[in-house]
Amino acid sequence: MLLKTYNKIYDTDIGYSFFNSKLAVISSTIFFIILFCSVFAGIVAPYNPFDPASVSLMDAFTPPVWSEGGSFSFILGTDQQGRDMFSTMIYGSRISLIVGFASIIFAMILGVFLGITAGYIGGRYEIIVMRLTDVQLTIPSILMALLVDGIARAIISQSMHDEMAIYVLIFAIGISEWPQFARVSRASTLVEKNKEYVSASRIIGLSNILIMFKHILPNILRPILVIATIGLALAIITESTLSFLGVGVPPTTPSLGTLIRFGNNFLFSGEWWITFFPAIFLIVLALSINLLGDWMRDALNPKLKKR
Amino acid sequence: MSFLEVKNLNISYPTRKETIVASKNVEFSLERGEILGIVGESGSGKSTIANAIINLIDPPGEITDGSIKIDNIELRSNEEIIQNIRGNKIGFVFQDPQTSLNPLFKIKDQLIETIQAHLNLSYQDSLKKSIQLLKEVGIENAEKRIEDYPHQFSGGMRQRVVIALAISCEPDLIIADEPTTALDVSIQYQILELLKDLTKKRNLGVIIITHDMGVIAETTNKVIVMRYGHIVEQGETKELLTNPKSTEARSLVISVPPTNKKIDRFKLISPDGKEITSSSKDLTKNIIKTWGIRENKNQKLLKLEEVTKVFDDNSLGSGFSFISNKSSNDKIVKAVDNVSFELFEGETLGLVGESGSGKSTIAKIITGLISPNKGNLIYNNEPLYNSNKKYQIHNSRGQIQMIFQDPYSSLNPRFKVKDIIAEPIKFFQKNISNNDLLQNVYDLIDIVGMTRQSLDRYPHEFSGGQRQRISIARALATRPRLLICDEPTSALDVSIQAQILNLLKDIQDELHLTMLFISHDLPVIRQMCNRIIVLKNGAVCETKDTEELFNNPEHEYTKELIRLMPKIESII
Amino acid sequence: MIVVAFVSFSLFNFVGDPVNSMTGEDASDERRAEVREVLGLNDPVYVQFSRFLSNIIQGDFGISYQLKREVSDLIAERMPATLELVFVSALIAIISGVILGVYTGINRDSFISNIILVISLAGVSLPTFIIGIMLIYLFSVILGVLPSFGRGEVTQIGFWTTGFLTTSGLKALILPSITLSLFQMTYVIRLVRAEMMEILQTDYIKFAKARGIKRSVINYKHALKNGLIPVITITGINIGTLIAFSIITETVFQWPGMGSLFIKAVYFVDIPIMSAYMIMVAFIFVMINFIVDMTYYFIDPRIRLKEEGS
Repeated sequence: MLLKTYNKIYDTDIGYSFFNSKLAVISSTIFFIILFCSVFAGIVAPYNPFDPASVSLMDAFTPPVWSEGGSFSFILGTDQQGRDMFSTMIYGSRISLIVGFASIIFAMILGVFLGITAGYIGGRYEIIVMRLTDVQLTIPSILMALLVDGIARAIISQSMHDEMAIYVLIFAIGISEWPQFARVSRASTLVEKNKEYVSASRIIGLSNILIMFKHILPNILRPILVIATIGLALAIITESTLSFLGVGVPPTTPSLGTLIRFGNNFLFSGEWWITFFPAIFLIVLALSINLLGDWMRDALNPKLKKR
Repeated sequence: MSFLEVKNLNISYPTRKETIVASKNVEFSLERGEILGIVGESGSGKSTIANAIINLIDPPGEITDGSIKIDNIELRSNEEIIQNIRGNKIGFVFQDPQTSLNPLFKIKDQLIETIQAHLNLSYQDSLKKSIQLLKEVGIENAEKRIEDYPHQFSGGMRQRVVIALAISCEPDLIIADEPTTALDVSIQYQILELLKDLTKKRNLGVIIITHDMGVIAETTNKVIVMRYGHIVEQGETKELLTNPKSTEARSLVISVPPTNKKIDRFKLISPDGKEITSSSKDLTKNIIKTWGIRENKNQKLLKLEEVTKVFDDNSLGSGFSFISNKSSNDKIVKAVDNVSFELFEGETLGLVGESGSGKSTIAKIITGLISPNKGNLIYNNEPLYNSNKKYQIHNSRGQIQMIFQDPYSSLNPRFKVKDIIAEPIKFFQKNISNNDLLQNVYDLIDIVGMTRQSLDRYPHEFSGGQRQRISIARALATRPRLLICDEPTSALDVSIQAQILNLLKDIQDELHLTMLFISHDLPVIRQMCNRIIVLKNGAVCETKDTEELFNNPEHEYTKELIRLMPKIESII
Repeated sequence: MIVVAFVSFSLFNFVGDPVNSMTGEDASDERRAEVREVLGLNDPVYVQFSRFLSNIIQGDFGISYQLKREVSDLIAERMPATLELVFVSALIAIISGVILGVYTGINRDSFISNIILVISLAGVSLPTFIIGIMLIYLFSVILGVLPSFGRGEVTQIGFWTTGFLTTSGLKALILPSITLSLFQMTYVIRLVRAEMMEILQTDYIKFAKARGIKRSVINYKHALKNGLIPVITITGINIGTLIAFSIITETVFQWPGMGSLFIKAVYFVDIPIMSAYMIMVAFIFVMINFIVDMTYYFIDPRIRLKEEGS
């Protein structure tokens, strides 16, 4: 049964391209392992770093197991509070992935909706939306996110802010990513709109909403998917950057970026592992998503036919 | 020893699943002063041979065997020799003049660059020669125009520039791959005349690759018919066209719509070589039952009164706001200019004209895809547009349907054939039972001559002709009275075109449809229509009954069109 | 610009209470009222806005709540540092990006191309701050050859302080500018590569081949000129992004530029600095966009001649 499905997928061009690209297979495997670990963090991680009972300051700054003074109970060592690095990282990646996914979904819904309607309806509405996109696009994502965060800090009181931080972050990253989706879906909609099947639907008398979301949307999903994948990597990087700068998620629920920031303070004093492992973890995560996205872009691009 | 000799040429494209043989044991020769035509349907490998001669086959294709000799020099050798031969001994003309010139370089630069690559000339001499060449291919004011960029030339002029480039280094052989397919009839004529002229004056060998038997008949001395990479027949053009021996050649010749007479149906050749003429009448029985019987009352079904549509050039958009703000005097294009005509129930009215004549715009106005600036449209005694220029959807949609030009974009690739046909039925009969719906879909797929198994497949699994059949089934799903066919066969091979045109004729006959048939192809129009309207630059030139128009054209433009259309009969 | 000005004005006025942050929570009511009067907070909104605008045009962005200094002074002090950093990074990113992009676009399947591509993908996946940390660790902590923070010695030329003229200034510039440019460089590589690959498949390239033009001429004259058009656009966005990412680089390397000023302002909700920074950045963006549009106009005859014709 499984074999049959495999053969069927293998038979399609995209499946073939996937299974013949070592990078695609490896990167998607890594990505799904990380995804699995972070979803089931409670089971996979040996400790719960947020449970004060399991953390002891006595264990602080334990180096990884293969270094002098390392212990098997903390394979990758512990941080300054005595938390197990491995567990903290898994919980951290969970935060990173939640923020990444949520913000990219937010950006996707907003961007695709505006993009399709702008492309299809055209006229003044399109000009306004595209101006907005241009303006938004020239403001780099980091700056936008910082700005949103800055405003949020000013509006919301400090105690509230920690609670709200993750939503602010999702909103901030999402709002800086939507123009990509809007641009791509508008451009694709413009192409699809001029195809004759859309004219045929209009002559039949189908409503515009039906044409946009039942006929056009399925045809422009591919480029959107590519953008979403690359965007996910970008969102995760942006999140960790913001956390690194200290304006991301609060230190009580550290993401990978927060961990690196803490670790950075100990880099010069020789406790390299506190910053090194989260950094490597983050790079591997982002790289695997990017590799996947990159493969997807080439595989789904009809203009670049490969042999 | 001939001037060009191709021997035992084998080309294959290895793909993942199989190796496609694009050319197998191809052999032919060509003398100076001769024009050789290579003809065949799409996928027959005719372009591959042209590319093979200049060694520009797209990877992963490769020449696996054979030899190509020009003046006894073997071309299947190293890159240096072939690069010197390209341009120098062989000139190449591509199909689409819009894309064959680099948009960022002046014509001058591209000409001089080519000349200096092969001939040992100074810049000044190259410039002189370039101007000379432009004059030779019929570009007026060459001294000035040589400073222009490609986009400043019209399509026909650009093709002349391309030809100038092809002959710039005094080649002995010119290969033209569908050189006039992207051009209008009158320009096609000029380009072909130019090629014939150059052949004679410069004693060139010319290879023309085309799918158009008319072009073959009017320009070539010898012809090769190809199919699936094989040469199925070759010989003197006249001999081959009058007396084709192979099934493929017969099929090609017989499917061409005659230009000099009207025939009832196109003859088709089945793969075993027999002629088929019968139609399958009783397939429409079920449809007629569900539609109820319609009669041709010969009444006025549609009337256009002084319809005008203007596009202003700026609305097509340049994204450079700060620049475009400066130019306020926008270019205005009258796509449809004061057009009036009437369409009677049961007839087929032809709209014919070259590109930019407004024929497709008229179709879009009738179907409500774009609204006119001025004028009235009256369908079945009711206006199609209300006073606010808004299309009255409920009066007419469903009753007016359209079949489109491009079978590759007219079906939604994400829908199964079943859903494509069922959607309009469901839209007009909201409470139809699943059983009735399915029966309806079956009936429709039956009359367009497709199997019911095809319903569960997606459009990309079908060929162009089959897709056009699905398109017809979808159009019929709303039980239309008026069917607009916008160049329904211009993207199809000639034998498929014959089948689709036969199908349209049958359906019209049996379902008593009224048809508006739009085409640039006069012979096709002649076979399909009762009356014809000739359009030029958005305005009506002449309206006449078909035979009357062909035998006795009045308007100068109509006369020219009829005179210039390539005629396969010219040689027979 | 007006929009940005308005947003920053609203930020200035309605978000948070500047009086609080200036006087502290426990100031007396009279003291507060006095401060309000001095800041002109009791005037109607439109008066405040027009005052705000005219102040900006005169280069007066108000007083930092946190540092209690003129914002314009602070910015003027720090701007040269950021601009020098961005300038050097942009040069590195664009020049090496275009060269590598063209190479990989032309030699599509060569071994070196694949290596460049994998590295460039890693570059996209590496957050700027991690690159910075890694470079510091390698060159400053382990090898000890380059400074890990600051600008080194700077020379004062008028109001401009430059690090270009001293060895220590140049040395200090190396790590931050590499850090900052890496991400953008990979971006340019990928863009140019994709563009070159697409152009090499067009008809006019094929026609050029059929005319017997040399391969090198086709690649570096015909294809390259067409391929560079999108690079111009990207350069515009690029410089904008570089300015934004300089925030991170400046934080990592403790570079005394506008970015580190801004990030501290975000920390302490120092709104005058935030809004001034925004306006400065918006101004730079608008300028860059204008320059990009102009460049287009000169490089692409299709745009230029359309205008002259009408």
